[in-house]
Amino acid sequence: MNAFAIEHVSKSYILEGAERPVLKDINLQVGHNEIVAIVGASGCGKSTLLRLVVGLDADYRGTISWGNHDRTSASKVGMVFQDHRLYPWLTVQGNVDLAFDNTRLSAAERRDRTSHYLQLVGLADYAKAYPRQLSGGMAQRAAIARALAQEPEVLLMDEPFGALDSILRMRLQDELLSIWEKNKVSIIIVTHDVEEALYLADRVLVMEPNPGRIRDVVEVDLPRPRDRSDPAIAELKRRCLATLV
Amino acid sequence: MADPTLRAARFPRGAVLPLVAALIWSAASAAGILSGPMAVSPLEVVVTPFVDPSGRELWMALLASIARVLSGGILGGLIGLVLGYLAGMYKTAALGLAPTVHTVRQVALFAWIPLLTAWFGNGESTKLVFTALSTFFPLFLATEQGVKQAPSPLIEAAHTLGLRRWTRVRKLYLPAALPSIYVGLQIAVLSAWIGTIGAEYAIGNGRGLGSYIASARDQFRMDIVIVGVFALAGGGVALSAAVRFITAKISPWSQEAR
Repeated sequence: MNAFAIEHVSKSYILEGAERPVLKDINLQVGHNEIVAIVGASGCGKSTLLRLVVGLDADYRGTISWGNHDRTSASKVGMVFQDHRLYPWLTVQGNVDLAFDNTRLSAAERRDRTSHYLQLVGLADYAKAYPRQLSGGMAQRAAIARALAQEPEVLLMDEPFGALDSILRMRLQDELLSIWEKNKVSIIIVTHDVEEALYLADRVLVMEPNPGRIRDVVEVDLPRPRDRSDPAIAELKRRCLATLV
Repeated sequence: MADPTLRAARFPRGAVLPLVAALIWSAASAAGILSGPMAVSPLEVVVTPFVDPSGRELWMALLASIARVLSGGILGGLIGLVLGYLAGMYKTAALGLAPTVHTVRQVALFAWIPLLTAWFGNGESTKLVFTALSTFFPLFLATEQGVKQAPSPLIEAAHTLGLRRWTRVRKLYLPAALPSIYVGLQIAVLSAWIGTIGAEYAIGNGRGLGSYIASARDQFRMDIVIVGVFALAGGGVALSAAVRFITAKISPWSQEAR
């Protein structure tokens, strides 16, 4: 059973009277608890694809279908953007609490779950802090906690660590995997970092621009935890880069 | 050695000019340069609100005006907030409402008084409506602008979080509009104060700072007129400070800078 499926999805913009295709015939099935990474040069439409899936953009051809739900149950999709998008006027706790707005949880349950997810991302001590008091990595972790608190079946991540330095990025990748172990969700992560994709994902889609399409699908059949310097990863990286560059 | 800039900072430099003016004024009236029925000395102005039977009316007048600013201001302010929000949020409201409001606000405020007295009579309701009107315009504009400036990344986040409409109002659009609303509030409170005094002055009956000054003028009591003018300035400064104080209290996130 798939968590969701994208079938024959295409999208184009009208630019100066001419039709510019951004996505062409995208097909993707994501299984439960699977991690899929999408890599590609900027402009290949990988972020656009996530925006279609989460429902920020409804202007496309093709179908996006959800395992046992209809298209309207988009609340089962969580999204983490490259910028944390925390509300600056709410505390970290208040931001996570937004995730429960569309639920029938009691105030006490909301509090419990908020502290659970803050604990999970290691921000329990910062519940009362405002976003501007957090470092970039902490803010991104808070954004991940907020998305996880929606208890989504699918977590979409659009270059979630792209704005962080490389050491912090590796640390957050490990954290993401350990959260995923505890909290099984399907994850689609868009990144331009091939190593990140191969370290995290079960499957890596390599996209190509003009128009955006899937060029290669790389299965990463390696057990976790993975070794970043594993020759098998290096081999797969060579294959991805051959398509990309 | 004392730091000269520190010592200078301890003495309120803003007080220098009024003190010099008061000294010149005292000297002029002591020397008899200022004379005649319209001339008053600073000392008279200082004691009038406490000893003079008509001067003592000041305190009740001040209270009445402040009550009017608050009631009219809250009425007009709330209407401005709600309509401004709708105009900022919804295209239909913006198209239907904004052109009218933007045209009507070009009418000088005091040009409304003849119309309003015709509609609402020569009494309390006209003053209230006039104060409400003078608060409405700045808050309408500020709210409309502020809501339109809500950052689109945060609007998208509201979508992915599945926030309900009322939550979006409370937790996204209003806080995002607050900086603009604060500026509008600063303008609105002074506009309301001027509007209240103006309406009281023009209509003339009932209690209030405006009618206090108007009746003093009719009785050629320049000391009371000057007391009234000072009270007017003081009231405006106090209202402005109150707004600043309250707005700082309700936006903790903007204060806790790193």
